[in-house]
This record gives sequence, C-alpha cells and structure tokens, in this order.
Amino acid sequence: MKTTLIYDGSFEGFLSSVFHVYEYNLDDVSIIKKENALVSLFGTEKVIDSDSHRAKRVWNGLSKKISTSGKRKLYKAFLSEILGIEDSMLHYIRYALSSSENVERDFSNRHILEIEKTVKKVNREKHRMDAFVRFRLTTDGIYFATIAPDFNVLPLNATHFKKRYADQNWLIYDLKRKYGIYYDLKNVKTVQLEISEAINTQKEAPNFFTLEEIQFQKLWGNYFKNSNIASRKNMRLHIKHIPKRYWKYLTEKNF
Amino acid sequence: MDFERINEKLSILADAAKYDVSCSSSGSKRENKNKGLGNSSGMGICHSYTEDGRCVSLLKILLTNHCIFDCAYCVTRKSNDIKRAAFKVQEVVDLTINFYRRNYIEGLFLSSGIFKNADYTMERLIAVAKKLREEENFNGYIHLKSIPGASDELMREAGLYADRLSVNIEIPTDKGLKLLAPEKNRKDFIKPMEKVKNEIIQYKNEKKLLKKVPIYAPAGQSTQMIVGASGESDAEIMYTSAYFYKSFNLKRVYYSGYVPISYDTRLPSIGSAVPLLRENRLYQTDWLLRFYGFDVRELLNKDFPNLEADIDPKLSWALRNLDQFPIDINRADMRMLLRVPGFGTKSVHKIMQARRYRKLNWENLKSIGASLNRAKYFITCNSRIFEGKDRTPAQLKGLILNESNSKFRKELSTQLNLFDVPNNLSA
Repeated sequence: MKTTLIYDGSFEGFLSSVFHVYEYNLDDVSIIKKENALVSLFGTEKVIDSDSHRAKRVWNGLSKKISTSGKRKLYKAFLSEILGIEDSMLHYIRYALSSSENVERDFSNRHILEIEKTVKKVNREKHRMDAFVRFRLTTDGIYFATIAPDFNVLPLNATHFKKRYADQNWLIYDLKRKYGIYYDLKNVKTVQLEISEAINTQKEAPNFFTLEEIQFQKLWGNYFKNSNIASRKNMRLHIKHIPKRYWKYLTEKNF
Repeated sequence: MDFERINEKLSILADAAKYDVSCSSSGSKRENKNKGLGNSSGMGICHSYTEDGRCVSLLKILLTNHCIFDCAYCVTRKSNDIKRAAFKVQEVVDLTINFYRRNYIEGLFLSSGIFKNADYTMERLIAVAKKLREEENFNGYIHLKSIPGASDELMREAGLYADRLSVNIEIPTDKGLKLLAPEKNRKDFIKPMEKVKNEIIQYKNEKKLLKKVPIYAPAGQSTQMIVGASGESDAEIMYTSAYFYKSFNLKRVYYSGYVPISYDTRLPSIGSAVPLLRENRLYQTDWLLRFYGFDVRELLNKDFPNLEADIDPKLSWALRNLDQFPIDINRADMRMLLRVPGFGTKSVHKIMQARRYRKLNWENLKSIGASLNRAKYFITCNSRIFEGKDRTPAQLKGLILNESNSKFRKELSTQLNLFDVPNNLSA
C-alpha cells in the first residue's frame, strides 16, 4: 500500500522524511509538501515533523556515497519547488546509498538525469537574478529590490551579492514567497516584512525613494535607449534573452 | 549633480559609443578586498539586452566625441555635423559608481574621440580608471580604449587600473585605411597593442617568481574590425584577424557589420542593410579558428576568398573535403570529431565521455543531445545505417538546406536573387 509522507516544506523536513522512509523500511512511498498535499482515498498518510538531528544523519550519511557537489545538486533541485521533485530526490538518494560506487554521474539513470536537468534550470534562474535585480535607494539608505523568481533561488544569490556590495546595506525581497535577504554590512539575514503594493508604482515612488534615486533611474533608462542600434533591431533575440515575465523588475523596461 | 545636463551628455556620448561591439565583462580576476565595492572575479553578467539583442554589461560611453580625426566610417569624425559633448572625469566616476551600486552594470567601458593629441586623451581615460580604483575602492570591470599613438608609459599605467585594453583596427586592409582614414597610420594602432602585450608577458613571468606583483590587464586585449565598409573580402578580414590573434595574443577580435552613417561616396549609402549574415559567418569562422583547431588557410584561400552565405563555414569546409569523411564516431580522435558539421565542443566532449562505456549508435547520440541534422551525413556509428551514402557535395548541400530552417532565410532569398554566384557576399 502506498504511503504518503507530508512534511512542512523545509529542506530539514524533507530529510527527516527520508529518515522515516529508512526507519520503517517503506518501499511504495511518496514525499510531499504540506501545501501540495491532497486527501487521498487510497493509501495511508503520515505527517512528518522536522527533526534537525535526523535530518543531519541523512545529510552526513550521503557524504559517504556522493561528493559535496552532488549534495549541493540535491539542495538546488529541492529549491526548484517543482511538484514531485521530492520523489526524484528520494530515488536519487536511495540509488546513491545502495550503490557501492559514486553514481552521481550515471545519467542513464532516469532520476539522476531528472535532478541534473532541474539543477540546470535552477542555476539559470539564479544567474538571471544576479543580472536582473535592480536596486533602488530608499529614504532610509537601503538599496532595495523586489523579485519573484520561478524557483526559490534567493538563498543561492546571497554570496554573490554579499561579495559584490560589501559596503552598502541591501535588501532583496521575494514577493512570491514573501521573504527577503538583508545585508547589514556584516551578515546576510533572512527577513520577513509587510511590503506595501504601492512601492512598485511610479506614483508612490517619491514616498519611498530618494529624489536622486529617481534621477538615476531616468539616466539609466536614457542610457538603455541610446545604446540601441535601431537598424539592427531584433525583437525575437531581445525577448529570448529577457523573457517578458522579467520586464517588471527592470528599471529600463519601465520608462 | 546637474542631472539635466548629465542626461543630455549621456544621450550623445552613449549613442556615439554604441558601435563598439565588445561588451564582455568576464575573464578578470579582481576580488573585493577590504569591504570595497564590486567584485569581478568570476563570469561576466549581461544585466540587460537592447532591442537589437545585444548584451548590456558595461556602461559604454565616450569621454568626449570631439575628435581631431576625420575617418569616413566614424560617426564622430571631425567633419560630421553633430552635437558634441564631453564628460568631466568626476562625472564618469559618479555615473559608474551609482549605476554599479544599483546592479545595472558590471563596470565601465570608456572610449573617446581624440582631442588635442593621443597622449592627452589617454591621460584623461586613465584618470577616470585611477579615480575609480583608488578613491572609490572599485573592483568592478574596467575596459579602456588604448588610443592609437599613445606613449608606452601611459599604456603601462593604463593596464594597472584596467581589466581589459583594446585598440580597434577598424579597417582590415591597408588600402582600405588609406582610402577611408588617410590621416591614420597602421603603426599607431600597433604600438600600444605591442606594449600591452609585452607588459602582460612580463607580468606573467614576474608572477612566477614574486608573490606580489600589481596585476596588469587581467582580461587581456581585444580589437574590432568593421565589416563591409571598404570592399574587403572575407579572406582579407580573417587573415588579418588570425595575424592579430597570433602576434598579440588577443583574447577576442570583434566583427562589426557596418551601419551606414554617412553620405560619403566611398562608403555604402545610408539605408543599405547592415551585413548581419556576413557578420555571423565571420564569427563562426573566428570560433573555428579559436576552438576547433582549424587553420585559416583551410577555410579561406585564393580559390575560396569568401564564405558561403547559405551554409556555415564548417559545413562548407566539410563539403569541399568529403574525402576525409565519413568518420567513425567510436574511434575518431578529438581533432576530427571537432570537424564534423553540427558538432560543438560540448557534444564532442560528451561523445568522448560516453563512448568509454559503450559503442555509440544513433539512438545513443540522440540521447546525448548531439545535433545530427548535418552530422549524420558525415559519420558512421555502431549501426549499419550510413546516411551520407555516396552522395556528391552538391547533393548533400541540397539535402541539408532542404531540411534546415535558417533564421536568415529572408535575407538569404533576397541575396540569392541578387547575385547568381552564392559565394559572393561582399557587394
């Protein structure tokens, strides 16, 4: 009979579920996030509590079978939040733990290939956020940006921005997942805020941002317009590079 | 800051700088130390793309578009009746820092018209870079133009602050240069390039012996050529390019299809199309030279002075050398695998990895992700099917063209109507 394990949505919760699978020697099993769980007519359900000790045992246990980069791939695949990715991850982990050799490059295995492809998508989205984040200087001296990426990539972006903007306060907020990362000149912290919808409207901008900020946005918009060569116009290529769903963050596309 | 005035200058000086194609911001190693601003240690980032599909990675501007030269192909030529402007050093510094802090750009690409003389201009460019590095503790990417004729001392200094230096040779042939920019001298272009090359070599040697050597132009040198302004052949362009790669260890040569900007009768008239397809073929050739082990003489020579418009240069070479095919995908060496039309460097690596485990057949090749549309006519694998059969080059070309769907199809059909000989693009 099929067992469905329901966890709280955290990575720790997922690893705790994996621990449960091994503890009860479950075979026909599926792991699913609380928010995605549907009441099923057949099979049993079990709610799994996050347990940092159990999670750690699974995570450390993996080190004996796969490399650090293999583990990082699992984490990145998890951040994709794709429905059903937990099951591919579980297959990956089971295959890795049951093999005597390192199998992370065995792409003839369907699940390994699936994780590999997902990681590629996540990396691409992470890189896009490195590029498309646009900071605006608020009246309280914080460089502020909002994003809504396809995948939950913000944890992956932190190091890049920390290295680059070491001398300024900045905050990148994920509107979709309702949390942000804030750098206070020392560390990057996860924060949750009430963000007014109005912050992204032209009309309300003067209430949040400095006058100079709005001038620099104009300069940038103007620069963007003037660096285009009209006789080489190629909108297909343009949109291929910046798909329309990203335009809303881009200062230069909103003038 | 007087934003109105800056905005006006920015319009003029960004517009004048946009014909420089280079916008790369990768390949440097300048890490953020002491909590400064910026980090350019890794890969480049394209922060945006203009509507022509080009990457916007750097703030690309001229310091001024006042110029004492009158090169026919250039918008900022002395005789051109346009608005002129000049930035102050501090203004460029402020723009760069404020754009960078907002994550608009990876750094600065600063070029300039030549005012007074070469050294005077070069000094101003260096002043901007120096200020950014020393006063603003800026570790972003800086690309400076080497001004033709600038002195060795200045070129030495420029490399200490810049990540990349470039001189645009613009016109590939000497006769073209005489025609379009008679005041300019090929020697003046080469002098700063030579100096930078030697400094980079010296830096690398000292680095082996000493721990602390100030870094010198870590992202190397590049140059650019205008395509289609002076009636040059593809062979002339690529031979020049190969020469510069070899003699000056350039990182990149850029090819810029001439955008008509002048009624000068020596040049293609305003309104004539930018040679985008030709530009694309030249880049493909450039890649074949740098990553696929081709020698320029194999691709272009006396009998074959221009690239074919309707097929890519590798396919064109393969059709002329059918005696070297088919090759066995399970046994061929890397050199030959790279020469198979349709295979890129990544596919070749994957094939070489995968064939260690099993003999590859068509199915395996497909699942690896190798593109077989063109390749299948030039290879054999662990299967009895050989698609190439004993077809002639013309038959193969026809087959491939029938199956493919070029993004340049529209341009191709007009070009093929205009000229009967497909091997003639340089009209």
